[in-house]
Amino acid sequence: MVGMTRKKTLFWLCVFLLPNLLGFLTFIGAPIVSSLVISFTDWDLLGEIEFIGFDNYIRLAQDPEFWVSFRNTIFFILGYIPLVLIFGLSCALLLNKQMKFRAFFRATFFLPVITSWVAVSLVWKWLYNPEYGLINYALSTIGIAGPEWLNDPNTAMIGVILASAWKDIGFVMVLFLGGLQNISPSFYEAASIDGAGKARQLWNITIPLLAPTTFFVTIISLINSFQVFDQVMIMTGGGPGGSTEVMVQNIYNHAFRYFDMGYASAMSWILFLVIFLFTWIQMKFQDKGAH
Amino acid sequence: MKKLWLFSLLFLMAVGGLIGCSSDEESGGSDGDGGEGKTEITYYSFSAAPDYEGVLEEIVTAFEEENPNITVNTELAAYDDYFTKLQTQLAGGNAPDVFELNYENFVQYASKGTLADLSSFIEEDEDFDPSQLNQEAFEAYQYDGKQYGMVESFSNVLTFYNKDLFDEAGVEYPSADWTWEDELAAAEKITDEENNVWGTYAPVTMNEYFKIAQQNGGQLFNEDGEPTVDTEENLEAMNYMVDKVTESGVSPSPGEMSGQAPADLFMNGQLGIVHTGIWMFEAFKDASFEWDVALEAGNTQKAHHFFANGLAVSAETDKKEAAYKFARFMSASEQVAKLRVENSWELPAVTNEEVLQPYLEQTPPENREAVFNALDTLVLPPVVENWSQISDTTNQEFEKALNGSKSTEDVIKTLQSEYENILN
Repeated sequence: MVGMTRKKTLFWLCVFLLPNLLGFLTFIGAPIVSSLVISFTDWDLLGEIEFIGFDNYIRLAQDPEFWVSFRNTIFFILGYIPLVLIFGLSCALLLNKQMKFRAFFRATFFLPVITSWVAVSLVWKWLYNPEYGLINYALSTIGIAGPEWLNDPNTAMIGVILASAWKDIGFVMVLFLGGLQNISPSFYEAASIDGAGKARQLWNITIPLLAPTTFFVTIISLINSFQVFDQVMIMTGGGPGGSTEVMVQNIYNHAFRYFDMGYASAMSWILFLVIFLFTWIQMKFQDKGAH
Repeated sequence: MKKLWLFSLLFLMAVGGLIGCSSDEESGGSDGDGGEGKTEITYYSFSAAPDYEGVLEEIVTAFEEENPNITVNTELAAYDDYFTKLQTQLAGGNAPDVFELNYENFVQYASKGTLADLSSFIEEDEDFDPSQLNQEAFEAYQYDGKQYGMVESFSNVLTFYNKDLFDEAGVEYPSADWTWEDELAAAEKITDEENNVWGTYAPVTMNEYFKIAQQNGGQLFNEDGEPTVDTEENLEAMNYMVDKVTESGVSPSPGEMSGQAPADLFMNGQLGIVHTGIWMFEAFKDASFEWDVALEAGNTQKAHHFFANGLAVSAETDKKEAAYKFARFMSASEQVAKLRVENSWELPAVTNEEVLQPYLEQTPPENREAVFNALDTLVLPPVVENWSQISDTTNQEFEKALNGSKSTEDVIKTLQSEYENILN
C-alpha cells in the first residue's frame, strides 16, 4: 500500500510538473541546446547551415570589437554594483527604523524598479541633455559647465551607470530590508549593553549577519549587469564611438542585424561561461567566508 | 497503472489536438487555390506603415477587381522592425509570398537565394514591358543577370534651403552648379552661433559618406566590392564632412543637436540648409518660412543619393504567379502610380510623364524638377555583403572623429582594415 501511494505521489508530481516542464523545454531548454549547436556553425539565418568547428570561438578571441564590448561591460559592472550595494543598503538601514511615512518612502524608492526601462531611459536621456537637461542646468547654477554626458565618450558610460543604479537601488533595498528583519534585536541589545556604539554595531553585527543577503544581491546584480542591454540601447545605442557598446548589444547586432547567428551564439555561450565562472568564484568565496 | 495509461493517452490527445489545430490553420491558408479557384497571397510591407495604410487598401481593392481570383492579405510593420521579422519568417520557412525590399537590403536577400527569379514571368507577361519603368530603377533589382524584384518607387536626397535665412544673410540661393566651396561660404554667412542657427546640416554617417566621396571623385569600394576607402579623394571627402562640425562650426555637433532631429531644426528655422530626402516634402509643407530645393553641391563632380523600394517574391512560395502579378501591379500599374502621386507616397518609378505631371505641379517646393534632374547623377549604395555591419562600424568611427578623439587620417586607416576584416 505504501508503495502504491508513493508511486501515486510521484505520478501526480509529474502531472503537475508537466505544464511547466513543457514550457521550459520548448521555450528555454530547446533554444539553449540549439544555440550551442548553432555556435559551431556559420548559419546566417537564411542560407545553408555548415559546421565549422571552433572557428567562431577562435574568431571571437581575435575580435577587437568583442573585447571592447567585454571591457565596457566590466566597466559598467565595476561602477554599478558598488553603487547599488552602498545606496541600497543605506536606504534599507534608513527605512528599517520606525519613522513617519515609512511605507510611503519605501514605495517611492521601489517605484523606479517597476517602471519600464524604456520610460526610465528616455527620462534620463532628457535629464542628461547637454543643452536643455536638468542636470547641466543645475550644475550651471553653481557655476559648473557640465559635461556633454551621453554625447561624450568619457562620460557616456558613467551616465548609463548612474541611471541604472537609480533604477535598481529600490530592488536591492527591498532585499536588504528582508535581511535586516531577520537579524534578531537581541544582538543589538547585547551589544549596546557592552557599550558598542551605532557604527560599531553596524560594522560588527549588521554587516556580517547580512552576508547571505549581500551575497545573494551581488550574484543577482552581477548576472543582471552582465546582461545589461535595454538602457544602453535606448540611451546611447552603443555610442558615441562605441564607448558604451556592451556584450549583449554586440550579440544582438550580430544575430539580428548582421546575419551572423553562429557567431552571435558563440558569443552568448562565452557570456554564459563568464557569468558562470564569476558566480562560481563567489560561491567558493562565500563558503569560505561563512565558516 | 491503468489510470496512468489513461492520462498519458489524454495528454497525447491534447497535444495531438493542438498540433492538429495548427496544421489545419496552415493548410487553410495555403490551399487557397482549391475551393472556388481562388489564390490567397500575403503581402508584407514597410513603406505603407503607418501613413499610407489607406492608400495600400485602395490599391489592393483595385488589384482584386482586376484579378478576381486572387485575394491579397496585407501585413505591415514599421521599417525598424520589418527586417527582423522578415528574417525570422524566412528562416522558419514561413515567409510571406510577396514582400517589400529596399535596394540596400535587396542584394543580401537575393544572394542568399531567398527570392524567386521573375525573369520568365516578365517575358511571358504581355501587359508589361520594362520600358514602362525608369531603367536605372528597374535594373537595380537585378542580381547575377536575373530579375529578382520589381521596383515600385524611388526617392532621392536634395539640398533643402530656408529662403528667409538666405535673404537675411544676403546670400544667393543655391544653384544647380554649386560646389562645396559655395555651400561652405554661404553656410558661414548664415551661421549665427548665439542664436543657435547653423548654415548647413548633413548626417555624418556611412549613408552620406559614399555619396560625398563620389562628389569628390572617390569610391569606397571598387567594382569587385573590395574596399578602397584609404585614398586621397576619400580622405578629402571625410574632412569636408567632419570639418563642418569641428573646424568651421557651420554644422551643429551631436551635443548641440541634443537629440533633436535635423528636420526639426530646419522647421524651427535653425538651419540654412538641410540635406534630406524628398519624403520630407509633406512634413515641410507647413513651415513658417519660404523654402525650396536644389541639386546638391559637388566638388569635382555631382552625385545624388538614390533610394528605391521594390517587391520581391519568396523563393519558397508555390503561388509565384499570383505573387508576381501583384508585384507587377504595385510596380507598373498607372492606377497605382496615380494614387501614389495624389497621396505623395514616394515617387512611382513609371516613365509615363502624364502620370508624373501632377507631382511636378505641386508646391512647395517650386523647383520640383530637381528630383528628376538628380537622377542624371545618381549613385547607388555600394553593393557589399554585411552592409549593416560596415555602416555601423563606419558611423562609430565618424563619432570618434566628430568628438576629436581620433584624426580623420587614423579613421580612414581603421576603416580600410575594418572593411577588409568584415568582408573576409
